[in-house]
Amino acid sequence: MNYLMGAFKPPCNITITFSDGKTRKQVSVKKENGKTAMVPVFQSLETISGEVSIDPVQGKKVEHTGVKIELLGQIELYFDRGNFYDFTSLVRELDVPGDIYEKKTYPFEFSSVEMPYESYNGTNVRLRYILRVTISRNYVSNITEHRDFCVRNYSPVPTMNNSIKMEVGIEDCLHIEFEYSKSKYHLKDVIIGKIYFLLVRIKIKNMELEIRRRESTGSGPNTYVETETLAKFELMDGAPVRGESIPIRLFLSPYELTPTYRNINNKFSVKYYLNLVLVDEEDRRYFKQQEISMYRLLETPASS
Amino acid sequence: MLSELRTSRLSPHKYYELYMRAFDELRKLEMFFREETTRGNCSVVDLYELVQHAGNVLPRLYLLCTVGSVYIKSKEAPAKDVLKDLVEMSRGIQHPLRGLFLRSYLSQISRDKLPDIGSEYEGDADSVNDAIEFVLQNFIEMNKLWVRMQHQGPQRDKEKREKERSELRDLVGKNLHVLSQIEGVDLEMYKETVLPRILEQVVNCKDELAQFYLMDCIIQVFPDEYHLQTLETLLSAFPQLQPGVDIKTVLSQLMDRLSNYAASSPEVLPEFLQVEAFAKFSSAIGKVIEAQPDMPAVSAITLYVSLLTFTLRVHPDRLDYVDQVLGACVKKLSGKEKLQDSRATKQIVALLSAPLEKYSNIVTALELSNYPKVMDHLDNSTTKVMAVVIIQSIMKNTTCVSTSDKVEALFELIKGLIKDMDGTQDDDVDEEDFKEEQNSVARLIHMLYNEDQEEMLKIICTVQKHILRGGPKRLPFTVPSLVFLALKLVRRLQGQDGDVVGEDVPTTPKKIFQILNQTIEALYLVPCPELSLRLYLQCAEAANDCDLEPVAYEFFTQAFILYEEEIADSKAQVTAIHLIIGTLQRMNIFGVENRDTLTHKATGYSAKLLKKPDQCRAVYACSHLFWVEDQDGVKDGERVLLCLKRALRIANAAQQMANAARGSSGSISLFIEILNKYLYFFEKGNPQITSSAIQGLIELITTEMQGENATSDPSAEAFFSSTMRYIQFQKQKGGSMGEKYETIKAS
Repeated sequence: MNYLMGAFKPPCNITITFSDGKTRKQVSVKKENGKTAMVPVFQSLETISGEVSIDPVQGKKVEHTGVKIELLGQIELYFDRGNFYDFTSLVRELDVPGDIYEKKTYPFEFSSVEMPYESYNGTNVRLRYILRVTISRNYVSNITEHRDFCVRNYSPVPTMNNSIKMEVGIEDCLHIEFEYSKSKYHLKDVIIGKIYFLLVRIKIKNMELEIRRRESTGSGPNTYVETETLAKFELMDGAPVRGESIPIRLFLSPYELTPTYRNINNKFSVKYYLNLVLVDEEDRRYFKQQEISMYRLLETPASS
Repeated sequence: MLSELRTSRLSPHKYYELYMRAFDELRKLEMFFREETTRGNCSVVDLYELVQHAGNVLPRLYLLCTVGSVYIKSKEAPAKDVLKDLVEMSRGIQHPLRGLFLRSYLSQISRDKLPDIGSEYEGDADSVNDAIEFVLQNFIEMNKLWVRMQHQGPQRDKEKREKERSELRDLVGKNLHVLSQIEGVDLEMYKETVLPRILEQVVNCKDELAQFYLMDCIIQVFPDEYHLQTLETLLSAFPQLQPGVDIKTVLSQLMDRLSNYAASSPEVLPEFLQVEAFAKFSSAIGKVIEAQPDMPAVSAITLYVSLLTFTLRVHPDRLDYVDQVLGACVKKLSGKEKLQDSRATKQIVALLSAPLEKYSNIVTALELSNYPKVMDHLDNSTTKVMAVVIIQSIMKNTTCVSTSDKVEALFELIKGLIKDMDGTQDDDVDEEDFKEEQNSVARLIHMLYNEDQEEMLKIICTVQKHILRGGPKRLPFTVPSLVFLALKLVRRLQGQDGDVVGEDVPTTPKKIFQILNQTIEALYLVPCPELSLRLYLQCAEAANDCDLEPVAYEFFTQAFILYEEEIADSKAQVTAIHLIIGTLQRMNIFGVENRDTLTHKATGYSAKLLKKPDQCRAVYACSHLFWVEDQDGVKDGERVLLCLKRALRIANAAQQMANAARGSSGSISLFIEILNKYLYFFEKGNPQITSSAIQGLIELITTEMQGENATSDPSAEAFFSSTMRYIQFQKQKGGSMGEKYETIKAS
C-alpha cells in the first residue's frame, strides 16, 4: 500500500493502516488510472481508527512544521476535474513541528464520523472518502499521502412499496398493460412482473427490459445528464397476440447498481429507471420508462 | 450454440436439425449441472437463478429448462412448482417456431418428471392435477403458437407455410401423447378435465389443419374405452369445427377404432348399448352435415359408410340401424341429380356393399327399405356394377332367395342389368362386359328356389315379368335360365304327381307351360330362333314327361314353325333338324295321328336339306323315328327300311354329284354310316333289314373303295374296317347274335 508521491524522491515513506484492516470487509474500487484496488468498507457513524507510520529514508531526517491526518468526503465533478469539493473534513494533529530521524508511528481515531453519502464512481461525478496525511514543511512542498476507503449506507426495508401498474399504448396500434411487483428494489432484488397485450396491431420482433441509470450533475443551467443502460434483458421473442401475458423475472444481482441518490449535496443525483422496449420488425422501438428506487439492504450473513 | 436457436432464417426442417444438435449439447450440460450440484460446488437453487441472468430470452429459457430438470431431480423443490414456473416462463417466446421447439424441449425433459401417481415426484394430494395442468398448459400454448404460424408472413407463401406446419404437428401432438400416458388420467379425470379442455382448445383455435390433426390425435392416443364413455362430449365438438376440416376421415377413424374395439372384446358390447353409441354417432353426423352445407356429397357419404361399417360391426343384429343410416343418406342425397362424382359413387358402392359383405345374405339387404333408394342415386354404369356385386355376393354365399317379394325387391335392385335405362344409349358397352353381366343375371335366376311350389311359381312369374322387359339383347341370356328354372319346377311337380291331386292346386305344370310359352315367344320375337327352337323342344320334352300331349304338340308345332320361318341358314337347319328328330324320337305321348304328322314333317324337312350329305344323314336319322326301343314304342320296320333306302339313294346321288362336279368320287363315308345304321336295326331285330341287304351294301362299299376313281380316304377306310371287325366280332361271339351275323359274309 505504499504510495510514493511526487517527482522527487520523497524523504520518507508514509503508511496508513486501519486498526481492523485485516478483518474489515473490502470491496474493489476502480481507481483513476483504471486499476482496481481493494478498499475497506465503512458506514456512517462508524469509528475510523488506525495508525500512521512515517519511515524516513535511510540516513535522512525529515524536518517538518507539523503532521496532521484529515478525513475528507469529496465530490469531484468531471467537468471541473481536479477540483474537489469537500463536504466533510475532519482533522487530527499528529505531531508538533520537529524532526523525524527514524520510523515513527502515530495512532489516530475519528469516532462516530458522519458520512451521509455513499462512495460513488459515476460517469461525470465521483464521490470519495479519503484519509490524508500531510507533513507540512517550510520552503519545500508538503509531503502528503492518502488512503481511500469506501462508504456504504444501508437502508431498512421500506414500509411502503407499491407495485407499478400502468396501461400504455398507441391508439389502434398497441395497448399493453404492465405490472412490476414493486417500486422499490434492493440491489439483489428480483423484478417480477407481467405484461399483458391488450391490442397488438404491429409486428413485434421482441421485447426487452432495460435498466437505465440517469446521473445528473451540477445544478441550474450547468446541469449535465448522463444516461447509461446497465442491463438489457430480453423478455420476449416473437410477436405476441392479443391476450397474451408475458412474465418478467429479472435478477438484479448481476448488475452493478447503486442505491438511488437524490440531490447529493446539491451536486448530483443518480436515479434508476426500468425501460420497457418493444421492437417491431422494422426495428422501430416503442418504450415506456418508469422510475424505480433502489436501496441498499443490509445483507444478512444468510443471504451471503 | 443456444443463441443460434434464435435465428428466424431457417425452415422448420433445418431448425429441427439445429434443435437436435442443441438438444444433445443440452443433455451434456444437464449432466454437468447434475454433477456439479451433487459434488456440492454450487446449489441447484443458485444455478437456477444464475441461468436466469442470461440476457437473451431464448437461451435463458433453454438453460432454465435444463436446470429445472436437474432441480426436479434433486427434489429440492416440488416438481409441480418448478414445472409451473417453467411453463409460465416459456411464455416469453412468442415466435411460433422457436416457441414450439422450446416447449417441445420442455415437454421432453419433463416427461419423466411429472408428478404423476406412482412417480417418485408425486407430491401431496392433488399432484396429478398439477401434472395434467402442466401438460395441458404446455399443449394449449404450443397449439396457439402452431396455429399462429399460419397467420404470419405474406399470403402467397400460404401453402409453403402449411406444409411447414404439418411438419411440426408432431411436436404439438406429443403433448397429447404424454397426457395419455399419465397414470393419473383415469376415466373420470379424462371426462371431467382433460377432454373438455383439449376440445375447447381445438374448437377455439379455428384452424383447419390443427383441428384435423388434433382430433385425429385425440382419437389415436387415448384408449377406446375413454372414447366410448365420452362419446357425447367428443362428438359434440365435431359440428363446431371449421368447414374445411376433413371431418369424415377423423370420424371414420373414430368409428373404425370403436368398432375394432367392439370386435376385439365382445364383453364391451353392452357398454356400447349403454352409451347409445349408434344414436350419438348418427346424430353427430347429422349435425356435422347440417353444420357444413358445402360439404361435398362424397364426404357425407363417406361418413355414412363409416357409420354403417360401425353399425354392422357393433350392432350386427340391428337391421333397423342399417336402414336408418341408409335412410339418412338418401335424405342427404335427395333433391340432387344423379351423382357424377366418381369418388362419391365409389363411396356409395362401398356403402351398399358393406351390408352385403356383413350379412353374406342378400335377403337381409332386401329388407332394407332404403337400399334401393340409395341405389337410385347412382349413375347407370355404377348401378350395373353394384348389381353385379350383389349378384356375386349371392353366388359366393349360395344364398337362396325364397320369396317372390324378395325376388321382386332383388330385381328392383339389379334393374340396371335387367333392362335398358331410360334415356341412355349404351352403344359403347363392351360386348364382353355385357355378356358377363347377363350371364350373372342368368346365374342369379338359378339361385332362386323355394320348397313351396306355389311360392316358386310366384317367383317364376316375377322373374318373368322382369326379364321380359329386358329387351332383345338381354333375352337370349336370361330366358334360357328362366325356362330351365321353370322346367325344374315342372319336374318337381311331376316327381310328386301322385300326392297332389285336386282342382284347387294352383300350381300345375300346365300353367307353367303357359308361362313358358309366353316367355319363349318373347325370345322368338327377338329374333333368336335357334335358341327358341331348342327351348321349345326342351319344353316339349318336359311336357311329354308330364303327359300333356296337347302342350307338347303345341311346342313342337312352334318348333316347326320356327324351323320353317326363321331358320334359313343351312347349317343351322341341319342342327335344328337333328335336334327335332332327336327330341321327337323320345316323345312317347303322342297319339298315332299327331305322331305321324310330326314324323312326316321331320322326314320331309330332312329330305329338303340343301346339301346331299346333310340330307342323307338327316334321313337316316329319321329312321329312328320309326323304331323306338321302348316297350310300346313304335316299331315300323318297313318305314325304317324306307328311310334307309332313301338315304342310300341320296348317298348315291351325292356320290354321283361329286363325280360329276369334281371328277372323283366323293367320300364313301356316307355309305359306311348307312351300313352302320343297317347293322343297328339288324341287331334290333327289324325284320325288314336282312342280312342280304347288308351284304349288298358291304359289297357296294368295297367296290366303291376299289373303284378307279376312288380317292383314298384314310378315315373312311378306318371306319369301314372297324365296322367289318365289329361284324367279325359279333360272328365269333356266337349265341343268337352270332347266328344272325353268320349269314353276312365279310369279305
